[in-house]
Amino acid sequence: MSEPTTGPETLLSVRDLRAYFDTDDGVVRAVDGVSFEVRRGEVFAVVGESGSGKSVTATTIMGLQPTVRIASGEVLWKGRDLLQLPEAQHGRIRGKEIAMIFQDPLGALNPVHTVGRQIGEMARIHEGASRKEAMRRAVEMLDLVGIPEAAKRARMYPHEFSGGMRQRAMIAMAITCRPELLIADEPTTALDVTVQAQVLDVLLRIKDEIDSAIMLITHDLGVVAGLADRVMVMYAGRAVETGTAPQLFYRSSHPYTLGLLAGLPRLEGPRDEPLVPIPGAPPSLINVPPGCAFHPRCSFVRADGLCRQTRPELRQATAADHRSACHELEALDGVTVESVRRAGAGR
Amino acid sequence: MSALDRPAPEAAPRPSLPEAAPRPSLPEAAPRPLWLDAWRRFRRNKMAMAGLTFLVVLVAAAILAPWITRYGPSERIEGAYRQPPSWEHLFGTDKIGRDVFSRVLYGARVSLRIGLASTVVSVGIGLLLGAVAGFFGGIADTLIMRLTDVFLAIPYIVLAIAIVAVAGRSENSVILVLGLTGWLGLARIVRASFLSLKQLEYVEAAHALGYSRSRIMFRHILPNAVQPVIVYGTVLIGGVILSEAALSYLGVGPQEPTPAWGLMVSQGKGDLAGAFHLLLFPGGAICLTVLAFVLVGDGLRDALDPKLT
Repeated sequence: MSEPTTGPETLLSVRDLRAYFDTDDGVVRAVDGVSFEVRRGEVFAVVGESGSGKSVTATTIMGLQPTVRIASGEVLWKGRDLLQLPEAQHGRIRGKEIAMIFQDPLGALNPVHTVGRQIGEMARIHEGASRKEAMRRAVEMLDLVGIPEAAKRARMYPHEFSGGMRQRAMIAMAITCRPELLIADEPTTALDVTVQAQVLDVLLRIKDEIDSAIMLITHDLGVVAGLADRVMVMYAGRAVETGTAPQLFYRSSHPYTLGLLAGLPRLEGPRDEPLVPIPGAPPSLINVPPGCAFHPRCSFVRADGLCRQTRPELRQATAADHRSACHELEALDGVTVESVRRAGAGR
Repeated sequence: MSALDRPAPEAAPRPSLPEAAPRPSLPEAAPRPLWLDAWRRFRRNKMAMAGLTFLVVLVAAAILAPWITRYGPSERIEGAYRQPPSWEHLFGTDKIGRDVFSRVLYGARVSLRIGLASTVVSVGIGLLLGAVAGFFGGIADTLIMRLTDVFLAIPYIVLAIAIVAVAGRSENSVILVLGLTGWLGLARIVRASFLSLKQLEYVEAAHALGYSRSRIMFRHILPNAVQPVIVYGTVLIGGVILSEAALSYLGVGPQEPTPAWGLMVSQGKGDLAGAFHLLLFPGGAICLTVLAFVLVGDGLRDALDPKLT
């Protein structure tokens, strides 16, 4: 576990969170013992494939999973456990202190209300603003996220907005009450690349403007590289590697992280360089492989069967704040993304 | 495009975003309200417009009845019994000398009043129960849906006779009976809408932004669920008018001398051979009114759902 400090720096501290779903086919262990913390003012990225549990982690923190069973763990927000909080108090924290930005900006805006009214609603319910004051705030927020002619746009409906503008409107909505933590769940996945860059730019600018932390959930390592201070890589509901962004990108210490990075196309590489995918598919969360969940896809798997039998815990890798859950940590010492790429290409 | 033309993002401070670059100004017109679009689509539907026109004329005639006809609905004209239609009595007279045209006009008041009032009752009950069942699910859902099953199993005629036996034959009893039996379909429709709408991301987003449940239910989901309610409600008014006629015909509706259409049909049925007009005009009024409501309802469905056109 990462060192459990509750100093003034730590806003959110998640400890040993296990979020399960009971289905007819068995228990889905969507999040299976994850610990991390988010500190004031930082960008903390959670990376993983679909089904790695990153979104469930976020929605569980927000209390948005009605069918989830919290098997263990706590979510400490400034020292208070959100999981134990009654709904009414949780509702006051949601939106005001922790706000969330969703993946699909069209789906996340209500088609029957104007954009301005939806943004202003935040000020109305959390701060008791008047109708007029709420509208003024909405225009101000739209302006802040870089929407031109904000006063006019505020009176429009979501369908009259382009994808990038909708995502900005969504961000405007989330930041209206100047939350201390913004959880962004794949904020750019639904957008095309140029718009992605603009929206990320807005996010970073806003972060400085309102002085909040961002928990960025994404599968896009490019986005992580550009924004994140610290990163947690998730696989099959568990954290497999945590560290600062440079540590993860330049001194990757988990075969899964190495595999993800080796699968990225590079601009500076030779044109005909083949992409190296990680072999196999992510495991079903009902039947997670015993031992290390990644071992069936891992090319560093140990011959003595340790990887198949014992689940590795996070332990220190290249620095005190860089941790990896791999039995073969020592063997990975000289391994770089480049060598994984070469080995994969030769396969 | 403009994003690609720019130098590397790090090169310059970030004064403004690329999209703030010169671009054509927005059209000057104020944003077009959604209902205006719907009205445009509705107008294109000839049948629906015919129905709407009929209803507008009917409502006007019902309101202006005292100025349109010289005779009161219960006024007996000495000596004019079972007269066929003439210029003096457009729809003829009945067997005790009342002007049928006048009675049909005043009957429109009764029918519209009952139709609207009991539909309002039905929509109120249906919306509330359907919304609660769909939004909260679980035990609330089960209880409410079983309640509708129970109501479905009671023929409304039986309920009508029971209520009339207690409350007496009056317009209000009819409103009560039809209001209490008309909400079943509505509750199911609203429940289904809520079930699908509450899965949508903007509802989750509303939760995430800390909105209260009642606010999410009524401000965010309900407006998105009204479309089928409006359509169903419109058709329901027609259905209620038909049911009211049936109740009157069976003698559990409003009492004489109320000029209810169903009552008039019931009284006219004995004179089918001798005075066909006694059946034709009130019966025709029922048919046309119900048809008009159905047509308008159909038109509304198409107009409110842009996907269909």
